[in-house]
Amino acid sequence: MEAGRVFKITINGQAVEARADDTILKAAQREGIHIPTLCYHRQLSPYGGCRVCVVSVEGIPRLVASCTMPVTDGMQVRTDSEQIRKIRSTVVELILSNHPKDCMVCEQSGRCELQDLAYEFGLSHIRFKGEVSVHEIENQNPVLERDYNKCILCGRCVRMCDEIQGVGAVDFSKRGFRAKIATAYDGVLDCEFCGNCIGACPVGALTGKPSRFKGRPWEVRKVKTVCNYCGCGCSIMVNVKGGEVVRVTPVEDGGINEGMLCVKGKFGFEYINHEDRLKTPLVKKNGAFVEASWDEALDVVAANLGRIKKKYGSDSIGGLCSAKCSSEDNYLFQKFMRTAIGTNSVDHCARY
Amino acid sequence: MNSRPKSISISVCMGTGGIAAGGAEVMEAFEEALAHLGLAAELREKCTAHKVGCRGFCARDVLVDVVLDGQRTTYECVQADMVPRLVEEHIVGGVPVEQWLAGPDYEAFHAGQTKVVLSDCGSIDPEEIDAYLAVDGYTAIQKVLGEMLPEEVITKIKDSGLRGRGGAGFPTGLKWSFAAMAKGNEKYIICNADEGDPGAFMDRSIVEGNPHALIEGMSIAGYAIGANLGYVYIRAEYPLAVQRLAHAIEQARAREFLGKNIRNAGFDFDIQIKQGAGAFVCGEETALIASIEGGRGMPRPKPPFPAHRGLWGKPTIINNVETLANLPYIIRKGSEWFASLGSEKSKGTKVFALTGKVCNTGLIEVPMGIALKEIIYGIGGGIEGGRQFKAVQTGGPSGGCIPAELLDTPVDYESLAQVGAIMGSGGMVVMDEDNCMVEMARYFLHFTQEESCGKCVPCRVGTKRMLEILERIVAGQGEAGDLELLLDLGEDIKAASLCGLGQTAPNPVISTIRYFRDEYDAHIVHKRCPAGVCKALFEYQVVEPLCKLCGLCVRKCPVGAIEGGKKKLAKIKDRKCVKCGICIEVCPFDAITQIDIHETAEV
Repeated sequence: MEAGRVFKITINGQAVEARADDTILKAAQREGIHIPTLCYHRQLSPYGGCRVCVVSVEGIPRLVASCTMPVTDGMQVRTDSEQIRKIRSTVVELILSNHPKDCMVCEQSGRCELQDLAYEFGLSHIRFKGEVSVHEIENQNPVLERDYNKCILCGRCVRMCDEIQGVGAVDFSKRGFRAKIATAYDGVLDCEFCGNCIGACPVGALTGKPSRFKGRPWEVRKVKTVCNYCGCGCSIMVNVKGGEVVRVTPVEDGGINEGMLCVKGKFGFEYINHEDRLKTPLVKKNGAFVEASWDEALDVVAANLGRIKKKYGSDSIGGLCSAKCSSEDNYLFQKFMRTAIGTNSVDHCARY
Repeated sequence: MNSRPKSISISVCMGTGGIAAGGAEVMEAFEEALAHLGLAAELREKCTAHKVGCRGFCARDVLVDVVLDGQRTTYECVQADMVPRLVEEHIVGGVPVEQWLAGPDYEAFHAGQTKVVLSDCGSIDPEEIDAYLAVDGYTAIQKVLGEMLPEEVITKIKDSGLRGRGGAGFPTGLKWSFAAMAKGNEKYIICNADEGDPGAFMDRSIVEGNPHALIEGMSIAGYAIGANLGYVYIRAEYPLAVQRLAHAIEQARAREFLGKNIRNAGFDFDIQIKQGAGAFVCGEETALIASIEGGRGMPRPKPPFPAHRGLWGKPTIINNVETLANLPYIIRKGSEWFASLGSEKSKGTKVFALTGKVCNTGLIEVPMGIALKEIIYGIGGGIEGGRQFKAVQTGGPSGGCIPAELLDTPVDYESLAQVGAIMGSGGMVVMDEDNCMVEMARYFLHFTQEESCGKCVPCRVGTKRMLEILERIVAGQGEAGDLELLLDLGEDIKAASLCGLGQTAPNPVISTIRYFRDEYDAHIVHKRCPAGVCKALFEYQVVEPLCKLCGLCVRKCPVGAIEGGKKKLAKIKDRKCVKCGICIEVCPFDAITQIDIHETAEV
């Protein structure tokens, strides 16, 4: 009803125009004002669980979570004070007191939001000692590893799976310090394996098995391309290290997929460097395939296609291409079929 | 007196406490005896034995009222085997059994109380709607529907000064006005009967003892805000309350006090019961709503407040049992009358579950503003065994401990908060010199940590770290700096937690450090538990000159930790001893003593 209205608020004394449906965090982010966050994810519903984003609001006695607090006209917000810094620091310190210190071998190191916050607050010493949660690593599937020893219970995977993917494969279980993310009755993960939870996880609790120990975030070159597994045309970022694809990540701010991927786009890249992959052409001689040079193979194909086309016509030939080829290969193939062969009988395993 | 009475009415306390003490058997014994003597057949409806809800003085259950020709006599601690004599001597013989009469404690227990919400609880049969109708029940809703506009009802409740009895003390009428003004045709009333504080049984007793008052109160609230459906969210651990409430709802429907077009007044209202699954955090209103909706009981940040967006996203008012059960009485007797009770800012009365080391334990209702001292030494009859009072804990596991020097503190929302405690929903645990305050703080924090939903970091991990420090202290492993760390972390948890559970969880620790720091120091510095409670800090020793070599302790020790036997000096093997204290209890010669470990270390 008021969505179109503009509210005048101040953040740290600075006049800011906010939309009526803004939270404090959104209004601040638009102005480039930094408020640290952890359980917040721009695509998911506000949660207010981590308490890292607390700010103070004039007239409200308690600190409030900026990710959930709606703005009101005339609101006066402070994002920084001694108490706010102390609360944020204590919260991160508490999380670290129940978190493995194995950043040196953690897949998430370098893009870990917890690591960044620990650095931001200079937490080189943890005052709290005590029990550390111990969970068995869950990895009874080919692609997704869940190491809940690293989980900080921000709930981003739960919301991603429920709100965006619509699957609801995981949720919170148990209470108090024993609270954890779990499947129903702690059963084996039964989901679509889209891996979008990995993208949502701020720490290294959820990782893609095909990428393990293949490359640090700062070591890879990111190449933006389009996934060719189906006709959706999702934008993807191929992470390349030393000429090898080590990981596929979504393009966060663009593409029709808005950062989401499916199991194929996310994990289906291992064939590229797979040892079983054909590296030389094979020509059938006396009923058996034998290795041949490219020239020899192309000569065989050209001769046979030319002969068939001449004898039976262009439409006697059909072409079927593969999602395992690049988009560029697929484009050239259909071009070849239409121009060189002269037929529209061309298809692809994903039917696009 | 030889003439038999012309009317006989027996009331037997059959709340959960009364039944546990043998109420059902007592009831049966009376029915049998009256039938056997032919009185039941002779006097017919003028000879009745009926169950009533909690009468408050649980320490003396089973309480029985024998009313002969209108003359009431109260007996305490009645058991089934006492019934034949009561019938023979009192009902038939006309002479009350002196030795079993409720005594001066019963008088003292009730003398300091003012009963509003409990006024019919314990005197009427909770399973009979006619019993409630006989005490003007359901006249308030008829008055509201017939004579008042919804906004007039809200004004009346505002004028009464009634504040939420669930603990936070928010003005009830004001809260209603938010929901009444909220847009939308679909609104809900929820009764929070998820009473979870250890030792608290206020709401259970009201639901068990007078369920119709709750139903009537909910109907009034529903009319005031424009809701046509109410939910009672009640613990599944309260089977008797659930059963009586369900029965009462059926009866109210049958008499058209619930359902479509109530009493032809054009107002529809019905009530559904939702049983909770045992999570303490579901007492928090947003977690409670999530639970009714079928989700996990986890709180969400406010705003939006439930009065704007509550159950199924619709405007919803959540009041606790005691708040709602007060409403019929306020409507009937007027807001001025209600506001005349209590203190300046806290009007009316408050029900407490008085437990712990006080002589008279039970359910009490007192005017707001009464001094703690009056409750403990007046109604409660002081400390058991003449021991020294140490502290009183109000507000359940989230409350604080109030020491002897502050016993003049009046019981109202502001005064209790000022001394570091809270009103809470009505738990009141009295502690004496034998209670260790450090162990008490550890116990309550253990409870809140276990019951934390796990959503926010300060509550989930913070209370765990506080608990671990306390566990070290009671185990004699406390270190310098522990108290500073507890206070520092406690304040951060209070400031940063998402919901009321975390925001109050450190209270027992902070308040006991504030008032009983010397006890903490004794544990940390001297490795001594002054109350002799913390097992890691003491040992048992046989005092050789006193031991008569009888061997009783050896035989009674449940873990075989005592060597020796007949004609052989007893010797306690420390490693095996679980410090249960049975040896001290059984030794006829007081030859076993409890000594602090630091003393043995020095020797």
